[in-house]
Amino acid sequence: MRMPDTSETLLQVEGVSLAFGGVKALRDVSFDIRKGEIRAIIGPNGAGKTSMLNVINGFYHPNHGAITFKGRTRAEMQPFEASRGGIARTFQNVALFKGMSALDNIMAGRTLKMRRGLLWQMLRYGPALAEEIEHRHRVEEIIDFLEIEAIRKVPVARLPYGLQKRVELGRALAMEPDLLLLDEPMAGMNLEEKEDMSRFIIDVNNHYGTTIALIEHDMAVVMDLSHRVAVLDHGVKIADGTPNEVKKNQGVIDAYLGIAH
Amino acid sequence: MLYREAGQFKTTYAEDMAIFPIRQDRIALGILLGIAFIGVPLLADFDIWPFGSDYLLRAILLPFLILALAAIGVNILVGYCGQISLGSGAFMAIGAYSAYKLGTGVHIPLTWLDFAISIPPLPVLLAILLGGLTAAVVGILFGIPSLRIKGLYLAVATLAAQFFFDWVFLRVSWFTNYAPSGSVNAPTLDFFGLNVGTPIERYMLCLIFVTAFAVLVKNLVRGNLGRQWMAIRDMDIAAELIGIRPLYAKLTAFAVSSFIIGVAGALWAFVYLGSWEPLAFSIDRSLQLLFMVIIGGLGSIMGSFVGAAFILILPILLNLIPTQLGVPLSTETITHLEFIIFGSLICFLLIKEPHGFARLISIGKEKLRLWPFPY
Repeated sequence: MRMPDTSETLLQVEGVSLAFGGVKALRDVSFDIRKGEIRAIIGPNGAGKTSMLNVINGFYHPNHGAITFKGRTRAEMQPFEASRGGIARTFQNVALFKGMSALDNIMAGRTLKMRRGLLWQMLRYGPALAEEIEHRHRVEEIIDFLEIEAIRKVPVARLPYGLQKRVELGRALAMEPDLLLLDEPMAGMNLEEKEDMSRFIIDVNNHYGTTIALIEHDMAVVMDLSHRVAVLDHGVKIADGTPNEVKKNQGVIDAYLGIAH
Repeated sequence: MLYREAGQFKTTYAEDMAIFPIRQDRIALGILLGIAFIGVPLLADFDIWPFGSDYLLRAILLPFLILALAAIGVNILVGYCGQISLGSGAFMAIGAYSAYKLGTGVHIPLTWLDFAISIPPLPVLLAILLGGLTAAVVGILFGIPSLRIKGLYLAVATLAAQFFFDWVFLRVSWFTNYAPSGSVNAPTLDFFGLNVGTPIERYMLCLIFVTAFAVLVKNLVRGNLGRQWMAIRDMDIAAELIGIRPLYAKLTAFAVSSFIIGVAGALWAFVYLGSWEPLAFSIDRSLQLLFMVIIGGLGSIMGSFVGAAFILILPILLNLIPTQLGVPLSTETITHLEFIIFGSLICFLLIKEPHGFARLISIGKEKLRLWPFPY
C-alpha cells in the first residue's frame, strides 16, 4: 500500500466543540488530515463522527474551536467555501438527485467548473456546446473509472443501493476535490460490493492523489484501507494513530466492547 | 418494429447529447413541425376541412399554443426547480399589462420634480418581450421568499402575488390607461410593417414564439443551469455541498419562468383576446396552468404541450361528442357531464401515472423498442 508522500497538513481541526442544546456532540476534538493520506474516523454509534464531517464541510457550525484548511484558519466553514475550496462529500444515506440520470448527477458535480452563462446555455452553440462536451469527457472518464457505463442514462432512483453509492462517489469525484469526505461508503453493502468500493477508494487515492477522510464501521476495511485512524467516543477523541496502534489501545477496546462500571 | 435504434451508432458526445438521439423521434418531430408550419397554413388557405371556418384556429390552436408556452414557463419553476407556484396568472397579467403600457406609451408625471418620464409607444414585438422582462423582474422579487420557505408555504406566498396583482390591475387605473370600464384593447399587431390580423397569421406568430422558446428552454434544462435547478429540486442540501448556490439557482428559475409566462400573457392578451380585463388572469388561470403541468408531466417540455392539449381540448371534445352523436341532452346537462368526466379522468390519470403524460409516453417508447418481446 502506498504511503502518503508528504507530511504536509491539509486540514487541521483544533479544539472543536459542538452542542445541540444539552447534547454535546463533540467535545474539544482536535486532529489533522495530512495531504495524500486516507484518514479514518471510527467510533461507536452516536460518537459524533458524522457531526465531525458536517463541521468540516460547513454544514454545522461549531460552538468553539477552529478549522484550518489549506493554511486558512476559520472558526467555521460555510458549505460554499468548502465546495469551492475543494472539499467533496458523500452521505451515509445516499443523497443523490433522484429524478436525474446517473450521468446528469455526475455532471452536476462539475457545476463549479462550468463558466458559461444563462444566455450561452440557452443557445447551446459554439463555446457553450464545447464546454458541455469537454465536461462530458471528464465525466465519462469518471464513469469509466467507476465501471458504471451501462447505467449512465438510468434515473438513479431506479438503481440498486450499491450502484447508487458508486454514482454518489462519482459525483464527488467530478468536483476534482482535494479532500474527499466519505460517510460510511460501505454501509449496507455485501462483501463483493465492499471489495469494489475499497478498490475504488484506494484507486482514487493512488491515481488522483486525493486525500480521503472516511467514516466506516467495518473494522477490517478500516484497518486495511487507512493510513491513520482517529477514534471518537461520546464526542471525545480517545485515540489517534496508525491502525495497529489504535487496535491495541485499551481505551478503544473498552469503547467498543464496553467496560464494567 | 419500426421503432428500433439498432445500427444508430453515435461517435461523438454531441450526437449523444442531442435532444432526440433516436432517428425515428427526429423524423416524427420533423413531420409534426411540417404539419404545424406548412400543413396547417396550406389547409387553412384552401379552406379544407377542418379549416372550413376559423373555429379550429381561433378557439383551439391559438389558445393551445399560448397556454403551452405559459405551461413551459410554469414547468421550469414547478417541474424543474420544484418551487410550487400559484401565481402564474399574475405573471401572465404582468406581462400583458406591461406590454400594453409599453405598446401604448408610458407617461409617468412626477409633479413634485416638475418632470415626467415618457416613453413613446414601442413596437409590438419589443413591447411583448419587455413585458416578459418586467414579469421576470417581479418574478425575482416574489422568488426571494423561496430562499427561506419551501413547499406549500411557498405556494401560499405566490398566491399572495396572484391576489395582489389582481387587485392592482383592477384598482390602479394607470395600468389600464384610465379606461372607465377597466377593459383595454391591444394595440395593432404590427410586426416590422407586417400586420398580423387574420387567424392564420396570429397562429403562425404564436407558433414561431412557442417553437423558439421551447428550443431555448430545452437547451437550458439539459445544460448546467437545468441540472442545478433539478439538483435543488431533488436534494437541496447535497446541491449546496457540490457548490450550487440556492440563491442563484432558485432566482434564475423564477426569472426565466416568469419571463416566459409574461411573454405568454402578453400574447394571450394581444393575439388571442384582443381586448381584456383583469379577470382574464385570475386564480383560475394559475390553477389551470398548474394542472396542465402536473398532468402533462413535471419536468418535461413535451409534457407541457400534452398537458395544455389535454386541459384545453378535452373539455371541448367532451362538449362536442353528445351533439355529434345526436344524444338529446340539454346544454346544462352537457356542461355538468363535461365537468364530471373531466374531473374523474384527471383523478384516474393521477392515480395510474402520477408523473403525467410525459412519463406514460416514455414508458410507451421503452416498450415499443422491445416490442413484440416483453423484455
